[in-house]
Amino acid sequence: MNILIQNGRVVDPANAIDEALDLLVSDGTIARFGKAGTIKPAGAQVVDAKGKVVVPGLLDMHVHLREPGSEYKETISTGTAAAKAGGFTSVCSMPNTNPVNDSRSVTEFILSQAQREAVARVFPIGAITKGSRGAELAEIGELYDAGCVAITDDGKPVMNGAMMRRAMEYATIFDIPVISHCEDMSLAGKGVMNEGFVSTELGLNGIPGAAEEVMVARDVALAEFVGCRLHIAHVSSAGSVRVIREAKQRGIKVTAETCPHYFSLTEEAVRGYNTLAKMNPPLRTAEDRGAIRDGLRDGTLDVIATDHAPHGMDEKSVEFDYAPFGIVGLETAVGLTLKLVNEGVLTFEGAVRALSLNPAKALTINKGTLSVGADADITIIDLDQEWVVDASQFKSKSRNTPFGGWKLKGRAMETIVGGVL
Amino acid sequence: MALASKDLLGIQGMTADEIGLILDTASSFKDVSERDIKKVPSLRGKTVINLFYEASTRTRTSFELAGKRLSADVLNIATSTSSVAKGETLLDTARNIEAMKCDILILRHFCSGAPEFLASRLTSSIINGGDGFHEHPTQALLDMYTIREKRGRIEGLTVTIVGDIAHSRVARSNIYGLNTMGAEIRICGPATMMPRDIERLGAKKYHDMDQAVEGADVIMMLRLQLERQATGLFPGVREYARLYGLSRERLSRAKQDALVMHPGPINRGVEISSDVADGTSVILDQVTNGVAVRMAVMFLLSGGAKGD
Repeated sequence: MNILIQNGRVVDPANAIDEALDLLVSDGTIARFGKAGTIKPAGAQVVDAKGKVVVPGLLDMHVHLREPGSEYKETISTGTAAAKAGGFTSVCSMPNTNPVNDSRSVTEFILSQAQREAVARVFPIGAITKGSRGAELAEIGELYDAGCVAITDDGKPVMNGAMMRRAMEYATIFDIPVISHCEDMSLAGKGVMNEGFVSTELGLNGIPGAAEEVMVARDVALAEFVGCRLHIAHVSSAGSVRVIREAKQRGIKVTAETCPHYFSLTEEAVRGYNTLAKMNPPLRTAEDRGAIRDGLRDGTLDVIATDHAPHGMDEKSVEFDYAPFGIVGLETAVGLTLKLVNEGVLTFEGAVRALSLNPAKALTINKGTLSVGADADITIIDLDQEWVVDASQFKSKSRNTPFGGWKLKGRAMETIVGGVL
Repeated sequence: MALASKDLLGIQGMTADEIGLILDTASSFKDVSERDIKKVPSLRGKTVINLFYEASTRTRTSFELAGKRLSADVLNIATSTSSVAKGETLLDTARNIEAMKCDILILRHFCSGAPEFLASRLTSSIINGGDGFHEHPTQALLDMYTIREKRGRIEGLTVTIVGDIAHSRVARSNIYGLNTMGAEIRICGPATMMPRDIERLGAKKYHDMDQAVEGADVIMMLRLQLERQATGLFPGVREYARLYGLSRERLSRAKQDALVMHPGPINRGVEISSDVADGTSVILDQVTNGVAVRMAVMFLLSGGAKGD
């Protein structure tokens, strides 16, 4: 089947394209571009993108789909529906499921379930260590063969430096990135929010920025020594941005992501013991948020990922200390990123890069571009539509967002996955 | 006048008028406890429930006596296990209690924010009986009552609070209240026990206790949680007592008639020497005043003057 996307502005950073073009999709791949009105195929389905922007399908490299194990929070079906609604054609599924994705059987289950039910592409990420317990390496070669595109013990840092070093060495065999959840558990302790003035006032145990920064520094040093690809997950603190900036200047193979909440919110959102503002790493200070924005602006932070972490509302309706960490993000990421564009922090082209091309590059997967011949993964964004975040309308099974009621401008209107509308 | 809220969750945000109203009301209740028949009918027919998730003798007893002396029906629910371990959430437990028609629920909980969490979801009045390291409002009120009773005023006095400020709800509530009432506050303790940016709450920070007590009108000692030695917050009782214990010698640096206070229970020979505790301290006056202050709070929250 053919699809003709007409009258849109096509922005494809990989090919340095930003102009009014029509785009023809044929048999699930990108067939050709042409000046408006010049492509006239017979029998193509026409999508009118007048006044809208046509970009490479967005890729969220940090998503907790919760299946297998916690299907009451999210499933591969509902999680990818949320992705599609939010403009993402691909998601990477984090391995902290139950059982942990540390074996071929779990990876194959995820991929076969995705085949049956997913409406967006799913790229599994495998565990670094068996059960993500930090004690023995997972069978990373098997995970790679089964289809994992990276390894991480996300949610649980690999505290043992020697184990992390061996994981990095082993990952070089397959040239896949090691994704590090940077948190020194001994420094984080029983912390539930950023350690600072607000935690002092609320009387909550704090997680200092240093708990993240020392691990970023450790892993950068190890990556330099080993020569592996290192990707730093969910950067939240100014100190981490500084360490990564310096590492990149010195040519170390490090990429890094931040999440919309870290460039949109601060620890002030926790006031009132708001468990919807509880995530790990925690929301930090206005100064940290400023540094995150600077890091996005100068390219220190390559990727915007959501760390989409669905939880049931019952789980969040408890004492702050007991609420699980995490918020959903797939259906608000585009609107919040465009807010950053409207505020002049990122160019629109930069935002598209951070949401598509850069994560694809970090993972070395062939995504994030509208090149002729590429899979027809396309997102059409209406930059002008104003809308109010209403969690009850989410496709995700969970509602745990701190952005309910926010007025945003711009959202994905159409998400095409492999040529399917 | 009346209190602005149906609940007493903390001292932060209370006005000097509201604090003054509670202290004045407490004065009128204090003599009830001195009578032969220690009871007034103010809360007759009201139900007060003490829901304590954390061990307490003094505070629970004080609330219980306060409720009984106001003629309320008072029940105590003490649970040593967390709501999570018990398999029922705090909210479900509280909703069940409310379903039996309770007017005032006093909650003590080791999680900061637990009373605020319930207050926004229940119609009963919630009194914070101490939550985590957040607030212990009735303790601060009884401390302010005691200072005012002994000194005639709070405004202009220098109050030094010594100990583990980071993990103290008593310190936080007192910092808010005493600031609102016009005192000057000094806090003192080891650097490991000072929370970040605490000075922004309106207190001057000291690590040298001799300097901190110099010329003070009031010295408020906090209980040292001995188990915190295991997490590296202090090297041991011996050094702690030497650097941050209130001895007679150290007390002599304060004003001649300085008040020595402690929320209890005291570690004799650790944060306070026995001769100071048993000598000039007002520790037992604080306990006495606690009942009157808690009577005042319950009375005002259940409609105050209109019911009496």
